[in-house]
Amino acid sequence: MTEETTEISLTVNGEAVTHTVPVRRHLVDFLRIDLNLTGSHLACEHGVCGACTVRVNGAVARGCLMLAVQADGADVVTIEGLSRSGEVADLQMEFETRNAAQCGFCTPGMVLTSAELLAAGGVPSREVIRDHLSGNLCRCTGYQAIVDAVEATAKSRAGTGDSP
Amino acid sequence: MSPPDGNAEGLVGKPVARPNVRRLIHGQGRYTDDISVPHMLHVAFVRSPYGHARINGIDSSMAEGMPGVVRIVTGADVAAICKPMIAVAEHRPGHKSAPQNMLAVDKACYQGEPVAAVVATSRAEAEDAVDMVMVDWEDLPAVMDIMEALDPSSTPIHPELVDNLCFQHSTDTGDAAAALAAAAFTVEHEFEFGRHTAVTLEGRAILADWDPVEERLTVHQSHQSPYQMQDVYARHLDIPEHKVQVITPDIGGGFGLKINVHGEEVAVAAISKMLGKPVKYTADRLESFLADCQTRDHLGSAKMGVDSDGRITSMDFDNTLSVGPYTAYIRFGLAEGMMAITCAAAPYALTDYHARTRVAYVNKGIVGMFRGVGVPIGCAVTEVLVDQAAAKAEIDPVDFRRLNYHKEEDYPLTSVGGYAAKHMSLQQCLDACVDLMDYKSLRAEQAKARDNNVYRGVAVATFVEAAAFGPVYYGPSGARVSTQDGCTVKLEPSGVVRCLTSVTDQGQGTLTGIAQIVGDQLGIGMDRIDIIAGDSATTPYGGGAWASRGMAMGGEAALQAGKALKANILDLAASILQTSADTLTLGGGEIRDASTGEARMDLEELAKVGYFRQDTLPAGVQPELMVTRHHVPNTPYYVANGVQGAHVEVDIETGFIKLLGWWATDDCGRVVNPLMVDEQIRGGIIQGIGNTLYEHSQYDENGQLMNASLADYLLPMAGEMPDIRIAHVETPIGATELGANGIGEAGTIGAIAALWCAVNDALRPLGAQVTKQPFTPEHILDVIGKARG
Repeated sequence: MTEETTEISLTVNGEAVTHTVPVRRHLVDFLRIDLNLTGSHLACEHGVCGACTVRVNGAVARGCLMLAVQADGADVVTIEGLSRSGEVADLQMEFETRNAAQCGFCTPGMVLTSAELLAAGGVPSREVIRDHLSGNLCRCTGYQAIVDAVEATAKSRAGTGDSP
Repeated sequence: MSPPDGNAEGLVGKPVARPNVRRLIHGQGRYTDDISVPHMLHVAFVRSPYGHARINGIDSSMAEGMPGVVRIVTGADVAAICKPMIAVAEHRPGHKSAPQNMLAVDKACYQGEPVAAVVATSRAEAEDAVDMVMVDWEDLPAVMDIMEALDPSSTPIHPELVDNLCFQHSTDTGDAAAALAAAAFTVEHEFEFGRHTAVTLEGRAILADWDPVEERLTVHQSHQSPYQMQDVYARHLDIPEHKVQVITPDIGGGFGLKINVHGEEVAVAAISKMLGKPVKYTADRLESFLADCQTRDHLGSAKMGVDSDGRITSMDFDNTLSVGPYTAYIRFGLAEGMMAITCAAAPYALTDYHARTRVAYVNKGIVGMFRGVGVPIGCAVTEVLVDQAAAKAEIDPVDFRRLNYHKEEDYPLTSVGGYAAKHMSLQQCLDACVDLMDYKSLRAEQAKARDNNVYRGVAVATFVEAAAFGPVYYGPSGARVSTQDGCTVKLEPSGVVRCLTSVTDQGQGTLTGIAQIVGDQLGIGMDRIDIIAGDSATTPYGGGAWASRGMAMGGEAALQAGKALKANILDLAASILQTSADTLTLGGGEIRDASTGEARMDLEELAKVGYFRQDTLPAGVQPELMVTRHHVPNTPYYVANGVQGAHVEVDIETGFIKLLGWWATDDCGRVVNPLMVDEQIRGGIIQGIGNTLYEHSQYDENGQLMNASLADYLLPMAGEMPDIRIAHVETPIGATELGANGIGEAGTIGAIAALWCAVNDALRPLGAQVTKQPFTPEHILDVIGKARG
C-alpha cells in the first residue's frame, strides 16, 4: 500500500506553488512540512483552537479542517506572508508594546483573525472584539491585552486613537 | 500607545516590551516541532485503551511491513537500555511509589499509557502502523474512586506496595479539637476540586539526535528545564553527562506541565540511541489529554472555630487526593497535598490547627506539577470558611479579614500550617483591592439587584504564594532538582553585553527582566544586551523555570553578575586611565567620572584594549570581562501575597455564572517590569477561572477519559472573560539585593479562592453553597435545589 498522492497548484503568500501531496494531508501540514512555513501551528486538529488559522481566498480558515488538495487553485496567505506585506504592521506593533503575546503559539492565528475584523473597518466595541476572537484559544494572556491591541489599532486607523 | 524607550537607562521598574516577542508575532517562532534535521524519523505511540490492563503479548508482525515503518519498539526494548523512574521522596517517611518504565512493560495503569512505539519516515505512516500493532490485553479492574482506593479492602494497583495509600501526613499546632469544642461557633464545609490538566497550546515535543560516532546526545525539547533533562538522559540512558546537550527553543506554554518527566519523551531519546538516528515526537491533543501530567483531584472537609469577638481560633482540614498510579518523576506528587495543608490559614492569626493529607493511587493519569501546586486548594478552603464565619458573625467579610489577619508586630512568623513568612502585606493589599473595586458601591448594587431577584456575588479573597523554593525542600528529598540559578555576563569587543542565564522563559518575560537588570548595572540600554538561555551545554547550571523563581532568583543572579562585571570594567578602565576605580562609574555606554559625569572612554574602546591591546596595559593587569554569579535562597521559599476581588452574577434558573468584574492587588516585591507582571497576573487569573468554572478531566468508572478533546473539555475563551484591573503593593524582599519576589502563580491561586467566595456570596441568601469544582450549571442548580428542599 503506497500513499495516494496528487498534484496541486496554488498561490501561497503571492508565489505560485506546484506540489505533489498525499491526498490525506491537511493544509497546515502541507504548509509546515512541504513548504517549511512553520508560523501556522497545530494545537487541536479539531477546528476548535484557531492556532492553525490561515487566509484562503481572502477569508480566514481553519487550516486543520481543510485538505491541501482542497486548496488547489486557491490563494493562501499565512502569517509569514501577511507579516511581509505590512498589512498588519500597526496591529503587530500594538501586540508587541502591550505584550499581547506570551508563549506566542496562538499569536499568528490571533493576528490573522484580528486582521479580518479590522479590515471590516470602524471601531468595534470590546464586546464585539472579544466575540470575534472567541474561536481562538490563548492559554497565557487572559485575552485582555489582545483585545486592547485590536481596539487600539482600530481606533488608530479610524483616526480616533491616542496619538502615538 | 507609546512604549517606553528600551534603549534608555534606568530600565528596572519600567514597562519595557520584550525584544524576543517580535519574532513570535511575525510567525518566526522556532518551536520544537518546527525543527527538522536530515534523516529524521518520526515516532507514534501505541497506548493503552484501558485504565488498567495486563499486557500478555505484543505482535508487531503486521505493522513491521507497513510503508515507511523502520522499527517497532516495545516497552521491554526501551527498558533494556533505560533505567525506570523511581520517584520516592527520601524526606517523606512512609512515601512509596512503584518503579515506572518509560513505556509500560507488563501492565498499563492508566488509559493512554504508552506501551510501544512505531518509528517511521513520517508521522502519518507511524500512526497508520500503530493501528496494526496487536497487543494482547487482559482487562483488569480499575481503581478510580479516591476514598475506595484508600479503603483497605481495595485491590492494590501495585501489589508490591501492599495498598493504594501513597503517602499520608498530619500536622498539629496547638489543640484544634479542644479549641473547636470551645469556640463560640464553628462553620464547616465539604470540598471537591476536580481533576484537570494544563492544556499547553503546544503539545509536548522532543527531537532527540544520537550521534553514534561521538556517542553524543543532542535534544531539542519543549521543556522548562534543560538542566534537569540533561541529568535525566545522562543517568537513565547511561551517557556521560558532558555528552548530553538539551536545548529548549521557543516553548508554546509550560505552566508547570513541562517541568515534569514524561516517560515517552525519555523513550524517544532511547529510540534515537537505539537507531543512531534523529527521532522526533510531538504529542497531539488526544495524547495530551490522556498522557500529560494532570493536576488537583482533591477532596476535603474543613471546619473553623471563631470566638465571641469574631476572632478565628482554630481550624481542622482533612485533605485527600489522588495522583494516578505513580508519583510523578522527579518531583513526586506529594506537594499538591502538602502545600494545601501548609498554606491553609496562612494569612490568619489563629492558634490551633490540625490538618491531614492522604494521597491515593488510582488508575487515572499521573498528577504532576501545575501552576499553584496545592496552594489554590489551601487558599480556597480557608477563604470559603472565612466568608462563612463572617456571615455567621454578621461582620462584613472585609472587616472580618482585617480583624483576623496577622498584625505587623507578629512578623516574622510561622503560620499554624508551617508557612514561614518574614513579612506579608495583607492589610495593605486588602485596602488597595477594596479601593480598586469600589467595594461599597458593589455591595450597594448587589442589594439593589437582589430586590429585583438578581443574584450577584461580591468577594475578596486573600492568597499567599510560596515562590522560589530553595534547597531546604528538595535538598533532603534525594531528587536532583537544582534550586540555584546563575547568570554569566560577557562584554563583547563591540561594547555590547552578552548575558547567559539558567532561567528559561516560556513567555513570562523573564529574559527581558534580566536584560533590564543587567542594563541598569552596566549603564546600557536593551539595544546593547543580548540574552542567551535554554541550552544546558553553554549557560550556567540552574533550575530553569518552576515555582515562580525567574525574577526572584535568576534576577538576583543577574544583578550580582552585572555588578561584578561593572567592578571589573572599572578596574580595567582605572588601569587604562591611570586613576582609581572608585572615581569612575558607568552610564550611557561610557566609563564616566563619578563626580562630574564626564565621559572618559566608551565600552567599545575599553573592550578593544581588554581583548586586543593588552600590550598597552601596565604589567600584571589581567582583564576579566566575563563574570558568572549564582543565587540560591537560604530560606524554604520567598513569600508573596495579595488579594483578589470578584464580582459575579449567578442565574438561578439556568445555573450559568457571568463574570462582571475582577480586581487584583499583588505584592511580588520589587516590580522589575510592570507590563510583564500584570500580564502574568491576568493570564494566571483567567487560568484560575477556567479551572474553577470549566475544566475537568472526566473519567468513567472503568478508567476511560470521557472528554479528551478541545471540543469536549471547556476552556476560557475571550467572549466570557472579564477585563481585570490590577494594583501593586511593592514590598521589596529583604533576602536579596534586587528584592523581587515570584509572580507566576499568584493569579491562578487567588482567582480560584475568589470565585468560590463570590459564587457562594451570590447563593448565600438562598441558603446554598457550592461544594464542587468546576461549578457547572448542573452543580449550581443542584445546590440551589437542595437548599430549597
